[in-house]
Amino acid sequence: MMTDPVQPLAIALSRCGKTFADGTRALEPLDLEIKAGETVVFLGPSGCGKTTTLRIIAGLEDPDAGGRVLFDGVDVTAQPIEQRNVGMVFQSYALFPNMTVAENIGYGLRVRRAKKPAIAARVDEMLGMMRIEPLADRRIDQLSGGQRQRVALARALAVRPRALLLDEPLTALDAKLRDALRLEIDELLRRLGITAIYVTHDQAEAMALGDRIAVMDHGKMAQIGPPREIYRRPATRFVADFIGTMNRISGVARGGVFVTDAGAVPWLEAPPGTTEALFRPEDVTVVDEGQAHLKGSVVAAFFLGDRTRLFVKVDANKPLVVETDARRDYAHGETVGLRIDPRGLMAL
Amino acid sequence: MKKRAVLFWAQLGFTLMVCAFLIVPVVLSMLAGVTVNYQNGLESGLTLRWIGEVWAGYRQTIFLSIGISLVCLAVTLVLGVPAAYVLAKRQNAMTRAIEELLVMPVAVPGLATALALIVTYGGAGGFRTSWTFILVGHVLFTLPFMVRSVLAVLSAIDLKTLEESASSLGAGFGQRFFQIVLPNCRGGILAGSLMVVTLSMGEFNMTWLLHTPLTKTLPVGLADAYASLRLEIGSAYTLVFFVMIVPLLLAMQAMSRPRKSKTAKADIGEE
Ligand SMILES: Nc1ncnc2c1ncn2[C@@H]1O[C@H](COP(=O)(O)OP(=O)(O)OP(=O)(O)O)[C@@H](O)[C@H]1O
Ligand SMILES: [Mg+2]
Repeated sequence: MMTDPVQPLAIALSRCGKTFADGTRALEPLDLEIKAGETVVFLGPSGCGKTTTLRIIAGLEDPDAGGRVLFDGVDVTAQPIEQRNVGMVFQSYALFPNMTVAENIGYGLRVRRAKKPAIAARVDEMLGMMRIEPLADRRIDQLSGGQRQRVALARALAVRPRALLLDEPLTALDAKLRDALRLEIDELLRRLGITAIYVTHDQAEAMALGDRIAVMDHGKMAQIGPPREIYRRPATRFVADFIGTMNRISGVARGGVFVTDAGAVPWLEAPPGTTEALFRPEDVTVVDEGQAHLKGSVVAAFFLGDRTRLFVKVDANKPLVVETDARRDYAHGETVGLRIDPRGLMAL
Repeated sequence: MKKRAVLFWAQLGFTLMVCAFLIVPVVLSMLAGVTVNYQNGLESGLTLRWIGEVWAGYRQTIFLSIGISLVCLAVTLVLGVPAAYVLAKRQNAMTRAIEELLVMPVAVPGLATALALIVTYGGAGGFRTSWTFILVGHVLFTLPFMVRSVLAVLSAIDLKTLEESASSLGAGFGQRFFQIVLPNCRGGILAGSLMVVTLSMGEFNMTWLLHTPLTKTLPVGLADAYASLRLEIGSAYTLVFFVMIVPLLLAMQAMSRPRKSKTAKADIGEE
């Protein structure tokens, strides 16, 4: 299959804030650099400004005065969207109901006044790429959700955009289809080498697709980095809590050991003055009480098939979440020992 | 089962009765138009004489009515469709107020509108006596129907996102309007056109005041004929009116049908 010789675009935002006409402060002035060919995922809770940022990049919203959008170093802030040549995929697909699948895919080329045979060839190529050849002459209301999303992708890519912007493209689909399409999109973005920005509030999607993840919170960039870094070294409490499951336990760091009410954990690199240790469930093992760092009592146990998730109360804080593959049942109130991998300990 | 059958027949009977109540007078009137002498009934024989007399005496009213309704349609299309587009795009206090105001010419009796027009423009001699004077009245009366009908369709589709995705594909305003907006409100435009032509053809109240002896429309001529000539001629006139308007209605209805599901159905999945 043919891949396009795209020249990926580097995108930069400089001091881009957004205050809507009604006074809503959707975005604090932010800076952001997206390298050519990179896939960046905007991740964050509802209303944090993901869509707004994406729309500023696309040219569908103007940033507040002082904000600038740069494409390959060129200021495009004043350029309307139709001149920016960025592909967009909307959550609601936004396919044109008055056109067939093929006409939808060819629309961008028709607008550019391409010749009929050239349009037809490109449409065929896109139909093939998205594996939807049999749907070419269907009307939009005769398509399933997954098929619509494929058409939307094909339509956005048909014009060879300089970047692809996707706003929660899979949210309207059911879980199984979402997984399948996520894989497809991932494979597609890598093959095309196109610069892509992908908005989602699903962290699994973000982890799977992003070269880097930009975690947003209340109109600010809370942290930007590769998925592993976001997960392993969250910069703020918000990021630590928003991504994955995070356990926290209070205590004091003293002489290479973190001392808590429930026991002591060796922690050589503890930053001085640390009063709270954070760690992920996968850095904890359930062990005999003799080898345990911490002791606590089981308040809930969920059998997940391959493992059991335990909620263990060790102090007045929220119970710790730990997982074990032991082939046994855990009773409510049972005392268990926990051993923590020191490499997994974090302070904030 | 039994009970439902009874109910079905009862409903059917009732419906037919209502239809008959409405249709019988029309049929009788049309028959009268081709009867030699209505007083003596159908036995007096059938004739096309009355229709011939209508054609001879009132031809001009028929042409004028067709002309006015078509020009009225053109004007309401040119004014109404863009107006509906703007109203659909900008949802604010002002556009909502305008939407309310659009009902006014419908709520206000045609006579009042006509009087207002005469008071305002009655002095403008050439305008007062031309058919465009009637046209203005008809446009005032029918424009809201066009706007509302198009607006209803535009509000049902996700116009904003459709336009945004078109512009992301490089479409400028003109291309978006003609290739995306208009085709997607085709159903509303057709329904509106149907309304406008029918209302303009049949409008009497307002036209009665606005017309001059040289600018009689079909309904005005019809009233004239009933008032001053034989009943048979009036009836023949009604027959002509029906023959003209029914195919028009059928044609427009047929045009608005085939692509219905394509235009009426909005895109699924909203945020
Ligand atoms: N046109 C608008 N006018 C006023 N406020 C707006 C407008 N669009 C968005 N907002 C507000 O700006 C903030 C950010 O919105 P945005 O759509 O960017 O959030 P989001 O992160 O995409 O959320 P979601 O995950 O729900 O899509 C929200 O508080 C929202 O209510
Ligand atoms: Mg959003």
